[in-house]
Amino acid sequence: MTQPPAIMFDRVVYGIGDLRAEFSFQRHPGSVTAILGPSGAGKSTLLNLAAGFLVPDSGVICMDGRSINGLPPSGRGVSIVFQDNNLFAHLDIRTNIGLGLDPALRLDQPAWSTVDKALERVGLAGFGRRMPGTLSGGERQRVALARAFARRRPLLLLDEPFDGLGPGLAADMLGLMLEIRAEVGATVLMVTHDPDEARAAADQILFIAKGRIAADAPSDGFFERRDLPELDAYLGSTGET
Amino acid sequence: MRISHVLPVALTTMLAFSSSPAASAEKTLTVYTYESFVSDWGPGPKIEAAFEAECNCDLKWVGVADGVALLNRLKLEGEKARAGVVLGLDTNLVTEAKNTGLFEPHGLETKSVSVPGGFSDTVFIPYDYSHFAVVYDSEAISAPPASLKDLVEGDPRDKIVIQDPRTSTPGLGLLLWMKSVYGDDAKAAWEKLSKRVLTVTPGWSEAYGLFTSGEAPMVLSYTTSPAYHMVAEETDRYQAAEFAEGHYLQIEVAGLLAHAPEKELARQFLSFMMTPGFQNEIPTNNWMMPVAATSIDLPEAFSTLVSPQKSFLYSPEDAAENRAAWIDEWLDAMSR
Amino acid sequence: MLTRTEHRAARAAGLAALLCIGLALAVPVLVLVAQGAGTGLSASQGEYLLRITRFTLMQAGLSTILSLATAVPLARALARRPAFPGRRWLINLFAVPLGLPPLVAALGLIEVWGRNGIANKGLGLLGVETPFSIYGLSGILIAHVFFNLPLAVRFILPGLERLPPEYWKTAANLGMGGLSLFRLIEWPAMRQSAAGAAGLVFMLCATSFTLVLVLGGGPAATTLEVAIYQALRFDFDPGRALMLAAIQVGLTLAVMLGLKLISAPSKPGDTKGGSTSRPDAPHGLHALPDAVLIGVAGVFVGAPMVAVIISGLQADLSRLLADPQFWRAATTSLSIGVAAALLSVLLAGLLVRARYSAADRSASPALGLLSALSGAASSLTLLVPPVVLGAGWFLMLGGGVGQMLAPLAVIVTVNALMALPFVMRVIEPAHLSAMQRNGRLSLSLGITGFSRLWQIDIPALRLPLVTGFVFAVALSLGDLGAIALFGSDRIVTLPWLLYQKLGSYRTSDAAGLALLLGGLTMGLMLAADRLGNRNGTTGQ
Repeated sequence: MTQPPAIMFDRVVYGIGDLRAEFSFQRHPGSVTAILGPSGAGKSTLLNLAAGFLVPDSGVICMDGRSINGLPPSGRGVSIVFQDNNLFAHLDIRTNIGLGLDPALRLDQPAWSTVDKALERVGLAGFGRRMPGTLSGGERQRVALARAFARRRPLLLLDEPFDGLGPGLAADMLGLMLEIRAEVGATVLMVTHDPDEARAAADQILFIAKGRIAADAPSDGFFERRDLPELDAYLGSTGET
Repeated sequence: MRISHVLPVALTTMLAFSSSPAASAEKTLTVYTYESFVSDWGPGPKIEAAFEAECNCDLKWVGVADGVALLNRLKLEGEKARAGVVLGLDTNLVTEAKNTGLFEPHGLETKSVSVPGGFSDTVFIPYDYSHFAVVYDSEAISAPPASLKDLVEGDPRDKIVIQDPRTSTPGLGLLLWMKSVYGDDAKAAWEKLSKRVLTVTPGWSEAYGLFTSGEAPMVLSYTTSPAYHMVAEETDRYQAAEFAEGHYLQIEVAGLLAHAPEKELARQFLSFMMTPGFQNEIPTNNWMMPVAATSIDLPEAFSTLVSPQKSFLYSPEDAAENRAAWIDEWLDAMSR
Repeated sequence: MLTRTEHRAARAAGLAALLCIGLALAVPVLVLVAQGAGTGLSASQGEYLLRITRFTLMQAGLSTILSLATAVPLARALARRPAFPGRRWLINLFAVPLGLPPLVAALGLIEVWGRNGIANKGLGLLGVETPFSIYGLSGILIAHVFFNLPLAVRFILPGLERLPPEYWKTAANLGMGGLSLFRLIEWPAMRQSAAGAAGLVFMLCATSFTLVLVLGGGPAATTLEVAIYQALRFDFDPGRALMLAAIQVGLTLAVMLGLKLISAPSKPGDTKGGSTSRPDAPHGLHALPDAVLIGVAGVFVGAPMVAVIISGLQADLSRLLADPQFWRAATTSLSIGVAAALLSVLLAGLLVRARYSAADRSASPALGLLSALSGAASSLTLLVPPVVLGAGWFLMLGGGVGQMLAPLAVIVTVNALMALPFVMRVIEPAHLSAMQRNGRLSLSLGITGFSRLWQIDIPALRLPLVTGFVFAVALSLGDLGAIALFGSDRIVTLPWLLYQKLGSYRTSDAAGLALLLGGLTMGLMLAADRLGNRNGTTGQ
C-alpha cells in the first residue's frame, strides 16, 4: 500500500439547492467502482465533481496523490461516457474519436491510424466515415468507448452508459468496457442503477443516499446486506423493474 | 364576417374626426402654404387673427414641407385642390405654376408692392423677399466661408444642412445660385460640395431645426435669418456669411386658384396681403423683408444684416425651362 | 379531418382569399406598368437608377454583415453564460425592436448617436475630433444593426441552446476551446439559423423605407423604396417610379429565390432541451470578453429606447394629450390598425384552413398548388413592399386627392398584407394541433359546417387569433410606408403626425409623441408575446 490512491475525495462539499453533498472516499488504481443510489441522491454530482464540471465548495479531490481541484476538465486525465449524446451528431465517427486525441483536430497519420485501431477494437472497423445518426444506440456507445480507449486516460467515468440498451446488449458492452479498462489500466467510476450490472462488473460499491456515502464496501455480498435501510428501500423500489 | 361591421364603424369615426368642426354659416378660405409659415412661431396665426377680424370668415392654413412641395401637391391635386390661395411659391416656380392652368389672374392693383428687380405679374403677387445665405454658428466655426467657392472647397468636416430642390424653395435657390456662379461647372462643384453636406432635408424648417440643435454648424437659409436670433433670442451667435460672388434673391409670391370655392374671399385675402395688417408680421415672424408699407418700424437688428452687393435671379421662364434637367444633374452629382 | 362539404368550403374560401390578395398585389403593379410604359429615361436618370440600386444592395449587404458578425459572437456569448443576472431581461429586451416603429427608433438613435448625443460626447472626450454622423450610410447602418442584431440573436441563440448538455461536457472533457469549439460545434449549430437570419435581415434592409427616409441624408444615401416615394411625391414622375419599382421587385424576388436555395430544410436533431450549465466556458477573468460583449450589445440596443423614454418624459405630455390633433391621429391609427388586423386575421384564417384542407388529402396537383400558393401568399407581400404597393394604388387613385375612403382602404389593405406572414405563422401551427385534437371527435359527434366552426374550431383558436390580431394592430400602428404616400391634412396617423412634427422640428412634441406611440406599440407587442407564450406558439 505504498502507491497513492488513483482517485481520492477528501471531505468534498458541494451544495446545490436543498441538497448539500459531502463525499469522502478513495480508490486504488485499476479498481472498478459502481456508484448506486436513489435518483437525486447525488450520484451524477459526484461524477461531475470528479470530471471537473462542478467546482467543490470545499474539500480536495486528488488523483495519484496530487490535488486536481484547480485543473480544468481537460487537464485531469479523465475520460467520460454518458448515457446519450456522447457523439457530436453533425461530425462523422472518425472525427468524433479524433477529437479525443486532439481537441483542435490537428491529427497526423499515426494519430488517424490510432483512431482506426480504436474503432477496430470495439468491432466497428470501417464505420469511420459514417454519421452518428446512422448507427444504432449500442453502436454509438461503442464509439464512445472507442474514444475513451484511444485517449487512454487513467480515470474512466461512466454515467449510466448502458442504460436503455436492453439486457443482452448491455452485458456485451459491459464486457467490452472491462476489457478496454484492463488494456488501458484505468480506474473506473460507474454510475448505474442496475444492481446486476454492479454485481457483474464492479469490485467496489459506493452507495449514495441524500448526498452522503451511505456505504463504501466490496461488491461481494453487498446486495445481501440487511443492515442498510436505504439499501432496502432502494432495492425494494428498483428490484421490480 | 365581423369585418363588414367594424370597417364602416371605423371609417365613420375617422370621418367624424376629420371633418372641420367649424360647420357654421361662416365662409371658409383655405390657403396652401409651407410648414414654417404656419408654425406657432411663424406669421400664420397672427395673420389669421388679423384677417379674420375683418373678413367675417374662417381662414384655414394647410402647410406642406416647403414651396416646391406646394407646387407638386397642386400638380397632383389639379382641379380637386380645395384651396383658394396658394402662398409660398417663388419666382423660380411661377412659370411652371402658370403652366398648370390652375391659377387665374388676380386682377388687383399691385402698385404698393415693390421688390428688388421689380417683379410684377398678373397672376402672382409678391409678399416678401430675402437673399439666400449660409447661416453659421459662430461658436462652432471661427472662419466662415467668404464666398460660394469657399463653401464648395472648404473643409468637409465642417458640415452644412441643405434642402432638397425637389421640395424646397431654398434648396432650389441654392441650385440656381450654384448655376449662376459656376455655370456648366456646377455639377463638379456639387460633387465637391456633397462631401460637406450633412443631410438634405425636404423643407427649410427641418434643416434649420437641425442647425439650431447643433447637428451642423452651417445651414442654407436667408440673410435675414440672424435677425430672429438677435430679436427673439438676443444673441448674435448665429450669423449669415457674406459671399463675394453675390447672393441669390428669393421673392415669395401668392396666387389665386381658378377653382377657388370662395373666389371673392380669396381675392380679398390677396389684397389684405399688401396691407400693413399682413406685412407687419413678415419681418419679425417670417424673418423676411416686407414688400409693402408696414405700420411699425423694422427692428434695429435688420440694419446689421448682410446686404448683398450683387443679386442673382433667373427669369421665371429660364428657371422653368431648365429646372427638371438641372435637378437631374443635381441628383446625379449628389448621389455619387 | 373535415367533411366533404367542409373541404369544399375551406378551399373555396381559401381561393377567394388568394384572389383578393392577388388582386391587391397585381392591380397596383399593373397600374405602375401601364402608367410608366410610355416614359423614357434620360442617360443621367439611368445612371442615377443604377447608383441607388447599387446603394440599396450595398447598405443591405453591409447591414447584414454587421448584424450577423455581431449576432454570432453575441449569441455564442449568451449561450456560454446561461445564468447571469438579468439575462432573461436582456433576451426580452431583444424582442422589442421588432415591434418598435422605425420612426420612434430613429428618434432614439438620433438622441444617442447625433452630433450632440452621448456617443459623440464620449468620442469627444476620447479626443476624437470628427464627430460620428447619424446621417447617411453610417446612420443607416447603425439603425439597421439596432433593429436586426437582436432579431438575428433571437434566431441564432435557440440553435445553440438546443444542443444537449452532454455536448458541452464532452467538449470540456476533451479540452475543446475557443476556436476549435466554435469551428467544430458552435458554428455548425448556428450555421443554418444564421443563414436564415442573414437572408431575412438582407431582405428587411433592402426594403427599408422609414429609416432611410429619416437618416439617409440626401441622394447619396437613397434606397429604391425611398426613391419610389420621392419620384411620386417630389417629382410626380410615374415613369421613374415604375423603373424603380420594377428593379425593387426584381431584387426582392432574386433574394427570395436565393434564400430558398440557402435554407434547405434541416433534419431535426435529438435534443434534450436547453442546457443550464456550460462547464466548457472558462470563468473568472476569462469570462470578461463575453461580459463586455453582452454589456455593450445590451447598451447599444437599450440606450435608444431609454433615450426615447427620457426625452419623451421631458416633453409636455399633458399639452400633447390635450391636443385634438393627437386624438384624431390616434383614432385614425387605431381604426386603421383594427381594420387591418381584422382583415389580416381573416385572410390568414382562410388561407390556413385551405392549406389544411389541401394537405388533408392532397391527391390532385391543383390542390397541391392551392396549398403552395396559400403558403406563398404571405411571402408575396414581402416581395411587393408597401411603398411599391402604395405607389400603384396612389397612381390609380390620382394621388387620393379629396378622397377619404379609397386611400383609407388602401392603407388598411397594405397594412393587413404586411402583417399577414406574421399572423399566419401564429395561427397555422395552432390550427394544425387543434385539428389533430378535435378533428375526429367533431366528426364522430356529427358536429359539422358552421356550427363546428363556431362551437369547436374558432373557440379552440381564440388565443392564437387574438395574438395574431394584437400583433397586426401593433405593426400597423407603427407603419409609415403606406401612409407616407397618402398622408395629407385629412388622413393623419400617429407615425405621420410624428413625421410631420419631426419635419417642422417640434422636437419636444416629437419626443412626446414618440414615447406615446412607442409605448402603445410596445404594450401591444408585449401583450401579443404573452398571449403567444401562453399558447405555446410565438410569432418568432
